[in-house]
Amino acid sequence: MIYDIRVAIHYDYDRPALDGRHQLRLLPRDIAGVQRVHDAGLSVAPGPVERSGHSDFFGNTVTEVVLSGGHHEVDFEAWMTVERLAPAAGAVQETALAPLAALAGELSVCRDLGRDSPWHCLAPSPRIAADAAIARHAARAVAGCGTALAAVEALGAALHRDLAHDAEATTVETPPSEAFARGRGVCQDFAQVMIAGLRGLGIPAGYVSGFLRTVPPPGQARLEGADAMHAWVRAWCGAVRGWVEYDPTNGCRVATDHVAIAFGRDYGDVPPVAGILRGSGGQRSRQAVDVVPRRDGAAS
Amino acid sequence: MTCADAPVFDWAMTRPRPVPDPIPALLAGYAPPPGVADEILDPVGQVRPVWQPFLRHLSGIGPEDLAQRFARGDQYLRDQGVFLRQYGAGTSTEREWPLSHVPVLIDEAEWSTITAGLVQRAELLEQVMADLYGPARLVAEGHLPPGLIAGNPEWLLPMVGVAPRGGHYLHFVAFEIGRGPDGRWWVLGDRTQAPSGAGFALENRVSSTRVFSEFYRQAHVHRLAGFFRAFRDRLIEMQGGGDARVAILTPGPHTDTYFEHAYIARYLGFMLLQGEDLTVIDGQVMVRSVAGPSPVSVLWRRLDASYADPLELDPASRLGTPGLVSALRQGRLTMVNALGSGLLETRALLAFLPRVCEVLTGGPLLLPNVATWWCGAPEARAQVAADPGRVVLSPAMTTRQPFDDTAQVTLRGQALDDWLLSTGAGLVAQEAVTLSTTPAHEDGRLVPRPLSLRVFALRTGDGWRVMPGGFARIGQSDDAGAVAMQRGGRAADVWIVSPDPVPPTTMLHVQSGPYRRPLPGMLPARAADNLYWLGRYVERTEGTLRLLRAHHARLAEADTEEVPILDLLAPLFAGRGVDPAEGIPAGLVATLAAAISAAGQVRDRFSPDGWSALADLDKTMRRMAGQVQPGDDAARATGALLRKLSGFSGLVQDNMYRFLGWRFLELGRHVERALEMALVLAELADDAAMEGALDLAVEVGDSVMTHRQRFAVATTRETVIDLLALDGMNPRAIRFQMDGIRDQVGLLPGATTAGQPSALMRAVMQAHTELAIETPETLGTWSLRALHGRIAALSDLLTEGYLR
Repeated sequence: MIYDIRVAIHYDYDRPALDGRHQLRLLPRDIAGVQRVHDAGLSVAPGPVERSGHSDFFGNTVTEVVLSGGHHEVDFEAWMTVERLAPAAGAVQETALAPLAALAGELSVCRDLGRDSPWHCLAPSPRIAADAAIARHAARAVAGCGTALAAVEALGAALHRDLAHDAEATTVETPPSEAFARGRGVCQDFAQVMIAGLRGLGIPAGYVSGFLRTVPPPGQARLEGADAMHAWVRAWCGAVRGWVEYDPTNGCRVATDHVAIAFGRDYGDVPPVAGILRGSGGQRSRQAVDVVPRRDGAAS
Repeated sequence: MTCADAPVFDWAMTRPRPVPDPIPALLAGYAPPPGVADEILDPVGQVRPVWQPFLRHLSGIGPEDLAQRFARGDQYLRDQGVFLRQYGAGTSTEREWPLSHVPVLIDEAEWSTITAGLVQRAELLEQVMADLYGPARLVAEGHLPPGLIAGNPEWLLPMVGVAPRGGHYLHFVAFEIGRGPDGRWWVLGDRTQAPSGAGFALENRVSSTRVFSEFYRQAHVHRLAGFFRAFRDRLIEMQGGGDARVAILTPGPHTDTYFEHAYIARYLGFMLLQGEDLTVIDGQVMVRSVAGPSPVSVLWRRLDASYADPLELDPASRLGTPGLVSALRQGRLTMVNALGSGLLETRALLAFLPRVCEVLTGGPLLLPNVATWWCGAPEARAQVAADPGRVVLSPAMTTRQPFDDTAQVTLRGQALDDWLLSTGAGLVAQEAVTLSTTPAHEDGRLVPRPLSLRVFALRTGDGWRVMPGGFARIGQSDDAGAVAMQRGGRAADVWIVSPDPVPPTTMLHVQSGPYRRPLPGMLPARAADNLYWLGRYVERTEGTLRLLRAHHARLAEADTEEVPILDLLAPLFAGRGVDPAEGIPAGLVATLAAAISAAGQVRDRFSPDGWSALADLDKTMRRMAGQVQPGDDAARATGALLRKLSGFSGLVQDNMYRFLGWRFLELGRHVERALEMALVLAELADDAAMEGALDLAVEVGDSVMTHRQRFAVATTRETVIDLLALDGMNPRAIRFQMDGIRDQVGLLPGATTAGQPSALMRAVMQAHTELAIETPETLGTWSLRALHGRIAALSDLLTEGYLR
């Protein structure tokens, strides 16, 4: 499936901002066997005095811009054409997967510290501390699961069932322990709670930011989180199966309806806009996202 | 014990006749605990040769003389402003620097084995760092567990794969070492993040040479200055030509080691900067200076890496500089040490370093580190379980100092096995350390106290160089953990003693070629801002004191609570947030506190005398607050405080070099004084003001004598306005301040460009001219208030143009 995607993020400030440096993670990346970027671009207004790009540790595309200051508002706008590839059918027999109990053993022979190593996503990370309540909930949810993959699906489905989607309940800074205690939140909360749960089970789990198609296929319901940037989870299910992506907000495995922008340990590794402004006073932001499948797109 | 057969140094041989050995008497009762090594006594109880001359000297000093000498050493530290900041629950206090006056003496030959071990270790750590921020072969090949690195908060992901400018990650490191019961020295911990203590080592040295001045000169003690000179030269070398500079990056005055940062910046002659002083422009780190951005290419950082850049590291940090990591990625900055070097402080790494050393260097560690087991490994768990009383446990990834963060193992048997199995990966076990003892002087005698030593090493062009000396910590009790200064431990000087005379060294450069006067340093905008506000707050303190003195003198004379003329002063007090009924009002104390806070931010640019004068004033004022009663008591107290304040003003006028920073301090004083006087005259010289108001103005303006001499006639509005507003010869007059503002602003960078005055300069000239053409008749209350507004506007323009 090929998508034309557009995301616009707008900030306005009570007082003119002084100079500001921002890192943007709004542009997509190629992921072998998963997605291919056909075209992408990013604009910033007012025009930045400096602009550069690099890949971060996890291989995400980072655009760094410096604004000269004196502005009351900023607009970041990215557009892209991304082809999301269908998962290769039946590549791995579920029965060939390692049992959940063997995951620790598989991890211990993995001596890799590269960007896709499961080791980065096992320990607590800056925004996802270990949480006993989430861990207990996760352990109950996966009782009886034989494999890590089954555990991921069981926990994801349980959270989809037990947490309420509520855009007002949390903020971008809400820790997963709090979102879980309240039992509600948005995609970021669903993802971070699930990550905390998986890590508590010894399953490496990381955070994915990206997009969801805005208009559902005919006959299907519109998915939650399609009007803004979305977030979901990837979990390491053993040496054979590797990383599996799961969307707890919608309670489904990630397939061709999702387009990934960035991977990280938690939200802190992948914010669409990270920025430091010298200045004081309040600020507000709003976001608009369009994810439109191309009619003439390649068959999936 | 006896030392009759112990060798003695050459200087002792020159004595004409043998005299009875005084050392046994001195050491009577000196008894190290059994099974513990001691610095004075060797394993068979003989006094080590290196200590003999010193102990003989010590024994010859009478108790009163010794007390005086110790006091001399303490006085030096106090004068320098050396103190210890102690942290309690949510508070911090400063207390006297706890110096144990007896130095630790180590023989040069023994020191050279320590040095060799630490040089090897520094190089080993460099290799480990290069591997873990590069290919991570140590992990791939199974020498380090991946979870210890990947989950480690000190392994900074943005720095992975970023090669350091100049090729090296580590430049200045420290090691905590101690002598074990077997007499060998052991490494207790590595300090690679931003090790502190080198400046304190210097201060301890100066202090101990004050205590033992005659002896020190002939004692063949290796000097420290050469090490610091090498470090300074190395930092300058890494500058890499061009006009980029070296600077020291500090978290600021709220850090417990800030004094050291300021001290070492002064000592080495480098700028001391905070994160907000810096900005990154096109990949180049720049200082925001009053003359515009100026490049920096080497930063000796004294703050933890995670705080260095809120954009890519800890976003909650308010201490850092956005873009610093970006500058490092582009190879435009040398960071001493590279961001991420805190990883090497991970306690569990000590478990692997012996093996890693074999792997990377082909040989064993020359100086062993304390026996350590990472409990994620089954063999390690078995070791711990076999003898749990022998070890202490810590979080595997702790980077705290040795002995911090430790706990005894309380579980036993199966419970211990189960617990270790489930939580072992997060734990590290270390052999409980017994430190050697060294003498401390307590209650008139020497007592053995545990000793740990921090030793510093720096990378030079020819490899690592170790400071011949260090920072010793002496415990107050036998417990090894008691060496921590936060827990009552004391600091001591370390003397590396040679059998032969040592060359004297100083920080001075050897001059080659004709003398050139060095260019003055650059002034960061934040420092200028603090100097400007220091000037303003000190002046405001003085003005408030004068108002209070006049108020309370009137009150005392009047003998009644109702003194109508004092109502005229009420708006002036209200404008300063001061309630004169308080005697020494809280608002006044707060103003001086603001001055001290500003001074604290620029302590590297300040003479210790100036700082002491302010601190002394503060202490006196706080003591008086709440005690002094309104009336005569307060009039006298404010008079005393004014005299103390003039001590500070005198230091600023007479001793401060007329560098750019002084100009901002001076501008602050002029601006504040002009603002104050305009308001005072607007209140007291108003046509409607009651009788006596003019005399009050003259008194508040500190011009009673001058007025009497200049004007033999009665006090009139014209004489007062002339003397206090228009007379350029009177240092209290507004005109005098305007002259000063015009002169100082004219000397600031960018005051004129190609003959054209800056916006600030234009505004200053205009305000100056407008005042200059006023007469006592034209300068009425309304004009005075307008003048006040114009001067306030100058302050805003100055802030906009230079101070941010």
